[in-house]
Amino acid sequence: MSEGTFKVRESHWSSAATYAGLLLVSILFLTPLAWMVVTSFLTQEQAAQGPEVFVDGVKSFTPSGQAVTTPIDPTEIPRQIVRNYYGEHDANGVPIHRGVWTDDGVNFPLYLRNTLVVAILSVVGMTLSSAVVAYAFSRIHWRGRGVMFTLMLATMMIPFPVIMGPMFIIFSKLGWIGSLKPLWIPAWFGGAFNIFMLRQFFMGIPRDLDEAARLDGCGHWGIFWRVILPLSTPALSVVALFHFIYVWNDFLAPLIFLTHRDDFTLALGLQLYQSKAGNTPWNLLMAASTMVVAPVLLLFLFAQRQLIRGIAGDGLKE
Amino acid sequence: MSSKSHAKPIVKPIGGQASNARTENAAGWLWASPWVVGFLGFMLLPIAMSFYYSLTEYPLLEKPIFIGFDNYASLLSDGVFLRAVGRTALYALVTIPLSTILALVIAGMLSARVRAGGFFQAAVFLPTLVPMAASAMVWLWLFNAKDGLINRTLAAIGIEGPNWLTGTITFGTDAAGQPIQMPWAFLSVVIIALWGVGQAVIVYLAALREVPTSLYEAAAIDGMGPIRRFMSVTLPMISPMILFNVITLTIGSLQVFVIPYVITKATPGGDPRSLYFFTSAMYDNAFVYAQMGYASAMAWVQLLVTLILTAGMFLVSKNLVHYRAG
Repeated sequence: MSEGTFKVRESHWSSAATYAGLLLVSILFLTPLAWMVVTSFLTQEQAAQGPEVFVDGVKSFTPSGQAVTTPIDPTEIPRQIVRNYYGEHDANGVPIHRGVWTDDGVNFPLYLRNTLVVAILSVVGMTLSSAVVAYAFSRIHWRGRGVMFTLMLATMMIPFPVIMGPMFIIFSKLGWIGSLKPLWIPAWFGGAFNIFMLRQFFMGIPRDLDEAARLDGCGHWGIFWRVILPLSTPALSVVALFHFIYVWNDFLAPLIFLTHRDDFTLALGLQLYQSKAGNTPWNLLMAASTMVVAPVLLLFLFAQRQLIRGIAGDGLKE
Repeated sequence: MSSKSHAKPIVKPIGGQASNARTENAAGWLWASPWVVGFLGFMLLPIAMSFYYSLTEYPLLEKPIFIGFDNYASLLSDGVFLRAVGRTALYALVTIPLSTILALVIAGMLSARVRAGGFFQAAVFLPTLVPMAASAMVWLWLFNAKDGLINRTLAAIGIEGPNWLTGTITFGTDAAGQPIQMPWAFLSVVIIALWGVGQAVIVYLAALREVPTSLYEAAAIDGMGPIRRFMSVTLPMISPMILFNVITLTIGSLQVFVIPYVITKATPGGDPRSLYFFTSAMYDNAFVYAQMGYASAMAWVQLLVTLILTAGMFLVSKNLVHYRAG
């Protein structure tokens, strides 16, 4: 038997091949998003001509029928970006060109407001209520706790389509249909996955801290606010982050529960934008898509470690 | 948060055991009440309603009429529904293995800790954050038969790309002389699903990192080559996570809806049946045809299939999944 350290690579492949493979995979995975953004910077004709347009230029015909190629003018691009995303007005404020933001059929500014309202109310509700219930499952001994916990885990398997129809009926009996309420009120009752995750985390917080607070005269409420919550900011922020992204991206629930166009969220607005009469040109559609995607991507840039830790679970181990 | 010294002895609660247990009981239920109420109102009640409606004919604007199991009987002879279910099953059978293998391969590569590994990890994970509506738009553009990036790139190397959203692939003819076909759109939706493996990759990567290197060393000393090591050490050690991901993927695949819905709406020239899945049928019957009774029967079939498959996977996995002690 040889002495000394034994090096075994987990991936079993040579470093260079792995690097090349990862590079290829990254290119494949990022190209759709990159192309989305690039297309959003172009004019309609430029976009329609594919990637060659950067090399050859835009192919068009002169009035006399002669084929001509005009290269893309880089100095025009910033102006085109504004035109696509915002729009263009003349000196009197009359719109010459309607970009995504100023579209007359699809009210993106309103949809942004709706999405933000739902997202913020939802995230606050979900985080708070999940923490409260997780506290019950981790820090209080009550009869039925085990049964309820198992029941809660089981509900994670119930497909949403099963309950979506009756939920619509329940919401309409409550008078919530026709408003944004169906999208955020349920979040205030906790989510099974988040409760589960927070419960695991809470169980890792030492009990003597609870005792110390109890000696200060704290009941459960005090322990919750002064001990558990402050120590749980990593887990709470993961819950908040993930739920924000979930709400931002949600399509099915808004599709079903929102009946007024004025209540639409960005996801629905995007689909409306695509399907409105007179087929939306690709450059504008990509600009709209970029707008809807951008906040989540920004969130990712700032919270990458949190997000990945949340999925891998290693920040939340006991 | 105040912090006093911890050197005090444990104080017995005032009032004796019994009353403390009673108040604790009440406190527990109180603190858990948000979820309990939510469960009763937004989970149990809808499920019960769903079951009841499935036994009725309920055109929404009128009262439901009890018809027993007629809906379920009709489902068995409903060609559109059966094909939708079959299509969903095929989608699951294709996507789950491909997804798992791809995720494992990528996770394997990432676990080698190359330089800029963080960038590669981010690149793979990023698409999972994109709203599905936006994904559909982007891929609609990429898959565009005439001007889309994919076909343009293929054309540059001399290949004529297919009609990704409206064309059909023919696999030859069957015994009766009928062509065996599949819409390209089906494959396109699978490709879009594979674009989202990033989340599974992260999970597998974490699992791979947990495997003790001592096991690999022992295996290597035993003379096992890389493939044997993968099959005998890596796979068993991460099998719990594989099970978790496969179950999650199965549940998700059975419910596939948003991307097919958006693409179908955006492709007026295509065959609307090519992307008609289980949930598409449920959605149409509930909210377009307003046949809540029929849709509820479909929903219960979906629920039962999901539960049976999940339970089945758990049982089968008992022999296949290796759970580490401790």
